[in-house]
Amino acid sequence: MRDITLGQYYPVDSPIHRLDPRTKIILIFLYIIAVFLVPNLLMYIPVAAYLMLAAWLAKLPFSMLLRSLKPMRILLIITFVLNLFFASGTQKLLQIGGFVLWQEGLLTALTFSLRLILLVTGSSILTLTTAPVTLTDGLERLASPLKVIKFPAHEMAMMMTIALRFIPTLIEEADKIMKAQTARGADFETGNLMARARAMIPLLVPLFISAFRRAGDLAMAMEARCYRGGEGRTRLHKLAYTKRDVLAFLSILLLYAIILLPRML
Amino acid sequence: MNGVPHIQVTDLTYRYEPDAPKALDTINLSVPRGQFVAILGHNGSGKSTLAKLLNGLFLPTEGTVHISGMDTRDDDKIWDIRRTAGMVFQNPDNQLVATEVYDDVAFGLENIGVPPDDMPPRIDEALALTGMSEFKNRAPHLLSGGQKQRVAIAGILAMHPEALILDEATAMLDPQGRKEVLQTVRRLNEEQGITVVWITHFMEEATHAQRVLVMDHGQIAMDGSPREIFAQVDRLRDLRLDVPPMTQLARLLKERDIDIAPDVLNVEELVKEVKRLCPLCLKN
Ligand SMILES: Nc1ncnc2c1ncn2[C@@H]1O[C@H](COP(=O)(O)OP(=O)(O)OP(=O)(O)O)[C@@H](O)[C@H]1O
Ligand SMILES: [Mg+2]
Repeated sequence: MRDITLGQYYPVDSPIHRLDPRTKIILIFLYIIAVFLVPNLLMYIPVAAYLMLAAWLAKLPFSMLLRSLKPMRILLIITFVLNLFFASGTQKLLQIGGFVLWQEGLLTALTFSLRLILLVTGSSILTLTTAPVTLTDGLERLASPLKVIKFPAHEMAMMMTIALRFIPTLIEEADKIMKAQTARGADFETGNLMARARAMIPLLVPLFISAFRRAGDLAMAMEARCYRGGEGRTRLHKLAYTKRDVLAFLSILLLYAIILLPRML
Repeated sequence: MNGVPHIQVTDLTYRYEPDAPKALDTINLSVPRGQFVAILGHNGSGKSTLAKLLNGLFLPTEGTVHISGMDTRDDDKIWDIRRTAGMVFQNPDNQLVATEVYDDVAFGLENIGVPPDDMPPRIDEALALTGMSEFKNRAPHLLSGGQKQRVAIAGILAMHPEALILDEATAMLDPQGRKEVLQTVRRLNEEQGITVVWITHFMEEATHAQRVLVMDHGQIAMDGSPREIFAQVDRLRDLRLDVPPMTQLARLLKERDIDIAPDVLNVEELVKEVKRLCPLCLKN
């Protein structure tokens, strides 16, 4: 439980880890669009290859990528099965009784599942190779042009940082309260869903009260340390694009070229 | 700046609400640069309120607070005041902002707009002064309470403060953590000449100060050296305070006809007395 701040960050040193977080965020964005632009099943091969190349450069074990798919497995199966059975088309592949398996059904099922797999593993590469704090920094910088339309870029990043800082503290506290209540005979483990939800109330109420007290304290402490919003604030971590980032941008252009050029020619 | 008291409080009155009772009542206080002042007082006597007025977190209802000659009500000076009069609070968990020690120490520097290239030396220096260098990449929730408080102090030191205000910074710590924090602050006071305002409920800690203030009902009830203050046992009892444990011990011994100085303040002084009384007790 204690390691939750690290999230799923996989801390090794690799060229992908060292990319500017802004580059990675933009690249993932472009990559997601690319996945949707793929015109036919065959063209998923270069996209998958691109993904594997990135994972390899990032020194991510294959098992890490698979693990990111685990929470999606039900959704994946449903997507596949629904598309397979409820599509209709012209080319019969198989008929068992009243059930017909159409070629179009198989194709869409494959397309949708592949898309989902590529999207999820792709975005997991971002979170696996970027420390949460760096990610926050990157998001803040990327969003800061939006300040002209009053988008609270700095505040959003500050909120994410504070959340990352306090999640482990609150989990520890929840753990403590839970043990204290259990010692007094509270039961969090058994009973149906309603009973368990009701058992959580004596946990959540003190947790919320303490979270609000912490928020008040923290606001006071931040003010005492001269915090006055994003205005005039400098940052410890400088973000700078390097040659590596240029290469990364070129690589995604290449991927676009491979996917889209055959269709244009 | 010479000649100007570091902290100058004049006829300070503070109310939390316009019709609330006075939390502070006509306080006058002058603290010279480099002094170590301890503030004592029972619960609700106004210690925290005074602390928050000293760096402009609260503004006076009446009267004035000047830090190095700067008025806390002056909008242009408020950030200078907060930078030079740093504040450490009671709960070690609720004052660290970043997910790593190093980044947390940087927080204040970022706020006052220090150029990024100037930050690392200042952060390293502050971590070294508090003895926290080896923990610079730790997540705050993996530190002990005393270590968290030292990180909080480092975060202030990096901003090159002239005064430290600690509001019961040791209250939630174990004895080891309390010792760490007090030692750190005493060293900063002695070596860096930083003015210290040390608010505490532990009499023993106050014995290490140069000056002790006792607050009662929003007023300063007593003001003097630790020895002067802790000699007045009855007055302290009226103000719902005890004398430090070692003083208590020395007084009990005195009552049983042992020829010990009754104004012993802390363990170090008691040891000296014991050595004087009983040379045979000495090892070797
Ligand atoms: N946020 C607040 N709103 C209204 N009144 C307050 C507030 N905080 C403190 N007070 C009142 O102001 C008075 C002084 O409180 P203060 O917190 O300064 O005392 P203290 O000496 O720090 O006490 P403790 O030893 O418990 O920390 C008390 O009567 C208290 O009830
Ligand atoms: Mg207080």
